[in-house]
Amino acid sequence: MNQIEQQPASILRIVGGIGDHALYILTDLGSMGIFLFFSLVGLFKRPFRFKELIKQMGFIGAGSITVIFFTALSSGMVLGLQGYYSLHKFGAEGMLGSAVSLTLIMELGPVLTALMVAGRAGSAMCAEIGIMRISEQIDALECMAIDPFRYLISPKFLAALISVPLLTALFDVVGIMGGYLAGVKLMGVNGGAFFAGMEQSVTNHDIQLGVIKSFVFALLLVWICTGRGYFVQKIRGAGFGAESVSKVTTQAVVISSISVLIFDYLLTAVLL
Amino acid sequence: MSGEPIAVPEPAIRFVDVCKSFGERARRHLVLDRVNFSVPMGKTTVIAGGSGQGKSVILKLILGLLRPDSGQVLVGDTDVSAMGYKGLQELRMLFGVLFQGAALFDSLTVFENIALPLRERTAFTGEEIRSRVAATLEQLELTGHEEKFPAQLSGGMKKRVGLARALQLEPKIVLFDEPTTGLDPVMTREIYELFVRTRQRLGYTAVIVSHDIPQVFSLADQIILLNKGELDVFTDASQIPYSTKPSIREFARQVMGQQAA
Repeated sequence: MNQIEQQPASILRIVGGIGDHALYILTDLGSMGIFLFFSLVGLFKRPFRFKELIKQMGFIGAGSITVIFFTALSSGMVLGLQGYYSLHKFGAEGMLGSAVSLTLIMELGPVLTALMVAGRAGSAMCAEIGIMRISEQIDALECMAIDPFRYLISPKFLAALISVPLLTALFDVVGIMGGYLAGVKLMGVNGGAFFAGMEQSVTNHDIQLGVIKSFVFALLLVWICTGRGYFVQKIRGAGFGAESVSKVTTQAVVISSISVLIFDYLLTAVLL
Repeated sequence: MSGEPIAVPEPAIRFVDVCKSFGERARRHLVLDRVNFSVPMGKTTVIAGGSGQGKSVILKLILGLLRPDSGQVLVGDTDVSAMGYKGLQELRMLFGVLFQGAALFDSLTVFENIALPLRERTAFTGEEIRSRVAATLEQLELTGHEEKFPAQLSGGMKKRVGLARALQLEPKIVLFDEPTTGLDPVMTREIYELFVRTRQRLGYTAVIVSHDIPQVFSLADQIILLNKGELDVFTDASQIPYSTKPSIREFARQVMGQQAA
């Protein structure tokens, strides 16, 4: 009898737990939506923090140049070698320029740039905002009637939206040069054919796709990283204090990286 | 400064039947249970109680950083709990807040921290801001530390910088969240003296949340004690043992009895 009585209670607990978690996810998504709205509104509020924008662009953009340069060079060279190996089998080495440039401009450039920036600058932004939250610095801003979005978050948004597409462009150029180095200088593909193939196959539409992707990825990573930091105290299971900031920073990088990959597929499917 | 300041009639702050709880469903913990009190204009009110009894929650309710589950929090005639974002921003201009950990901005120097409210909320020129900040630094004996970052300051100095920042816009009401926590007795006395000096000069209404019992009572015109969701108001510390509320008498016995021993 006792067991029968307990059965519905445990089922109720499980169903209640699932519902509770679903509500938490909905609330979290809603909060992130409102966060995005206020961050975008903050871009148009005055006074505009020009110095902060330059500082953030220096950090997100200029600071990432080295890592972007080496990632681009290495992936471009690998693409050159791999492309040469595959195309050589069909005697189509002349297509190498076209294969390398299209892959870089439409896929690898935007995706790898976003992943690198998420790992380098996104994690730092999340930790910075998270620490400001737990040490009551964000509360202090609100108490001084200073809008934390305009003051703190929106400059990071704008800096990412400017820097990430520029870094992507740099990635594309360095990557193509890497492909040229490996394919033409090392494997002996005809240099003229490399660039002619690229010129013939890359259209404006392909470049636009790359640019749109880089804007969307920039928005995703800055939104998720700053948003996770902002809500650090409301994230379930994150714990408290320094531990919560470290956990949430890891979470922010993971979520933004996965979102970039998911949106990469969606954008390619819709826009290609 | 933006807009006309809101006139604050007597009393400055009033809590009417305020309830506030935290946690989720079954684990819900009631921190404030139908709490009523008022903070008189131009006076110093000390809110004391053990940790976790909702002292800091009261400050956050006053500032609109938290909303009550039920009841009203009135600043002047305005119900904070029913205010929108814009209204809250205007209302917060009345307040200066000294946070528990001072909440200084890590990436800004002492000077920039104190100048921030002036830069963001007033139309003062750079020169005016510099001279105002220099005057405040001198009053709070911080001259020579302008270019230091918060991480390079001692606990007491951080609190002083926090106070300097809180007083920059000459607020009508200043809220102190545990102003002496983590400070040694000498520093504590220094902060209290500073408090008395600045209050004499600026005449603000003060709300001090503290568990520095009974020292902090010497500053108070009114004492509010909180324990287990119950609250009692006194005009003098000597009345505390005669409270009509058993949980307050128990708290007084525990804390003040220890002090006497």
